[in-house]
Amino acid sequence: MDTARPFFTVVGKLETSMKQKLLFSIGLVISVVILNFFLIRLAPGDPAITLAGQAGGADEETLAHIRQIYGLDKPLFTQFFLYIGKMLTGDLGTSYFYNLPVLDLIRERVFPTLLLVISSLFISVGIGTILGVLAARNPRGLLSYFVTFFSLGGYSVPTFWLGQMLLLAFAWYYPIFPIGGMQGFRVEGFLPQVADIAMHLFLPALSLGLAFMAQYSRVARASMLEVLGSDFIRTARAKGAKESSVLFVHGLRNAILPVITLAGLQLGQVISGAVLVETVFDWPGLGRLAVDSIFRRDYPTVMGILFASAVVVVVINLLTDVVYRWADPRLRTNGGH
Amino acid sequence: MNLRPFMKQIAPGVLAVAGLFAGLNMAATSAQAEGPVRGGELVIGAGYSASSLNPAVQSGFGAGVPGAQLFAGLVRYDEDFTPQPYLATDWAFSDDGKTLTLNLVRNATFHDGEPITASDVVFSLNAVKANHPFKTMLQAVESVEAPDDYTVVIKLSEPHPALMVALSPLLLPIMPEHIYGDGQELRTHPRNLQDVVGSGPFKFGEFVADQRIVLERNDNFFIEGRPYLDRIIVQTVRDRSNMSLLLQRGEVHYNPFTSLTLRDVDRMARTDGLSATTDGYGGIGAINWLAFNLDREPWTDIRVRQAIAYAIDKDFIINTMQLGRSERATGPIASSSPYYTADVELYDLDIERATQLLDEAGYTPDADGVRMRITIDWIPGTVEFGKNLGEAISAQLRKVGVEATVRSLPDFGSWIGQISATSDYDLSIESLFNWGDPIIGVHRSYISSNIRPGVPFSNTTHYSNPEIDALLDRAGGETDPETRAAMYREFQEIIVDDLPMHFLHKVPFHTVQRDDLMGLPVGIWGAMAPFDQTYWAE
Repeated sequence: MDTARPFFTVVGKLETSMKQKLLFSIGLVISVVILNFFLIRLAPGDPAITLAGQAGGADEETLAHIRQIYGLDKPLFTQFFLYIGKMLTGDLGTSYFYNLPVLDLIRERVFPTLLLVISSLFISVGIGTILGVLAARNPRGLLSYFVTFFSLGGYSVPTFWLGQMLLLAFAWYYPIFPIGGMQGFRVEGFLPQVADIAMHLFLPALSLGLAFMAQYSRVARASMLEVLGSDFIRTARAKGAKESSVLFVHGLRNAILPVITLAGLQLGQVISGAVLVETVFDWPGLGRLAVDSIFRRDYPTVMGILFASAVVVVVINLLTDVVYRWADPRLRTNGGH
Repeated sequence: MNLRPFMKQIAPGVLAVAGLFAGLNMAATSAQAEGPVRGGELVIGAGYSASSLNPAVQSGFGAGVPGAQLFAGLVRYDEDFTPQPYLATDWAFSDDGKTLTLNLVRNATFHDGEPITASDVVFSLNAVKANHPFKTMLQAVESVEAPDDYTVVIKLSEPHPALMVALSPLLLPIMPEHIYGDGQELRTHPRNLQDVVGSGPFKFGEFVADQRIVLERNDNFFIEGRPYLDRIIVQTVRDRSNMSLLLQRGEVHYNPFTSLTLRDVDRMARTDGLSATTDGYGGIGAINWLAFNLDREPWTDIRVRQAIAYAIDKDFIINTMQLGRSERATGPIASSSPYYTADVELYDLDIERATQLLDEAGYTPDADGVRMRITIDWIPGTVEFGKNLGEAISAQLRKVGVEATVRSLPDFGSWIGQISATSDYDLSIESLFNWGDPIIGVHRSYISSNIRPGVPFSNTTHYSNPEIDALLDRAGGETDPETRAAMYREFQEIIVDDLPMHFLHKVPFHTVQRDDLMGLPVGIWGAMAPFDQTYWAE
């Protein structure tokens, strides 16, 4: 209760529209949990048989024993209520494959995935927007054409191909970066470890970021073009504001909304894109674990990851809303959407 | 008597002994310092994730490679299928072959310092019997006793020739009873993955799921002076291109059961400082075959099965598709086994005969020239030896008027359901392992009592022949190697003639390794054996 009270206090202070969004988000996460539980059980293949097959075979008694260990011998609804009951106590169950708590597996991998997703967002949103703004300054200039060309190219190149090409170029022909993984096991000390992770992160984040960067530069360019034609920009220029200030303070502040919308909407896609990048770069993230767990019929792990990613997407969407309100004061009144 | 198979089996042994003497001689004459170099780190690249480090509950490479470093076993094996002392110094069977007495090495300890006693062996054997997926390997064990701390007596209900193979660390890891016998479920025991305690040459260092397993040198290993390496790191590298880059950059030193394609294996073999070998896979005896669904028309007709066998060009598969890196599988027993015979019908390519057989069976071509439309399944994940093979076979079968569609099931779980639970298939390309002794890996696919819908790797073709049942029952209890070999020869002839599946080729498992690595395990279990004799040349 003590931990719940500040939460309710915060909720109480929120605007009505945000409250609605919060409630809607909670409902969404609950639906995701319920749907996932039943949907994954519709997939062909029995987890006990899959487990036994992976172990090298079994007989009927062993299969029965496996079902009993993991509670798969109980009726479906009993399994469901047991799962929900455990979940409410913070227990996401035990992985059938690793026999380790799902929460521990997720905890181990949330950081690598978040690191990858956030750094790639940084690359795509940050660099993409700057490129878009610069391109908008002179819509018929060389940079603008370059941004257009680059956007189309980046948008059409498959992430996994780009990843492999980057690896080939910068880990083999010019061996600057390490091949795959997140960390070398011989590195000791805090700072060397951070540097090592950064080196491992560079290529995966770049290949994930490049694919999405193109879209941000396009959107930022279009939005800026519109804004730069506005009266207040002319006024700012007339007042003698510096060009950089006109572009990034007056212009971008007003042109950023579509970029924020896109970032919020695309987060789910970036996480999906991360699955491919994690596979190409052997990056030990949640995406790869999710795919492996589906193939392994490791129900608790799949459900745990989907739950976690639903929470992340919902939280980021809420944060997008908050940022949106910060960027556009018109939305700060109740009922604004 | 054809001595060739015998010579083939014994030759490596003779060479090994000759090599040993030569080595001893050289060691005696050259400077003492010329011995194995101590120290260094070995990075093993693994294309898969380990879900357990304890081979007592899990078969396969994932648990087998680290498991054989962490846990010692009673015996270990050379490449000629001869057991060598390990935790057991010597052993003897009673005259009736129903009692095996083993003497244990004295003063050996587990990694936590506790002594290894006969009661740990009793515990381990019972635990493996109850939990290991290979139910047949210890099925004849009636009881295990420990009359004193260093003697173990295994009593059998009938002679059981597979027993000695089952005493390898890969199949029977000796576990400390004080840890694994604490009453928790062994299959899900937390110490199977974390803080694993055995008595093998390397101790548990770290396990990070899907990333790495770190094994540290066991300074108190019961074989004096070994192991030579300081550390082994099993690094998970799931992406094939990354694996080849890491091998070429020298960051991965040894890649057993390589996931690289044969083309990449070829490339690695041509790379300076690297080589590729098929040594060390004798015990696994992996065979790729094409199974027929004997419950379903037209596969109930042996003429149709024969026609398919004659229509498949195995030489093309081996020499062109597999770059000559594989070899023919002629029957249910792998050529590495002491019980192998090549003296069976080979079903060499004969399109005319295949056409004639289909005509005789009443399958004549329709207006489109098609005699029948069938499906070919393959185990998901095995593209090179499954899907690609299926497509090649489909193209070859078209020449005799059989239109085969290669079905790609989404994953292993779906495949097991389709093949073993619902038996909904025509032809299925499968890789199965002999696992050292026919009792463990061969019988399961042919005996009628193992027709068990829903049980993976059971008799999934539903082949049933009382003659085979009786023959395998006798061979399974025969202790005289000559008589047993004769029985298995007969078995291979009958199976190849009955054709419940058509044997295509040996699965060409390769190890890609650095040339400056010495003393690598090349016994029947290859990398799933201790690396206590491995060292770096410099």
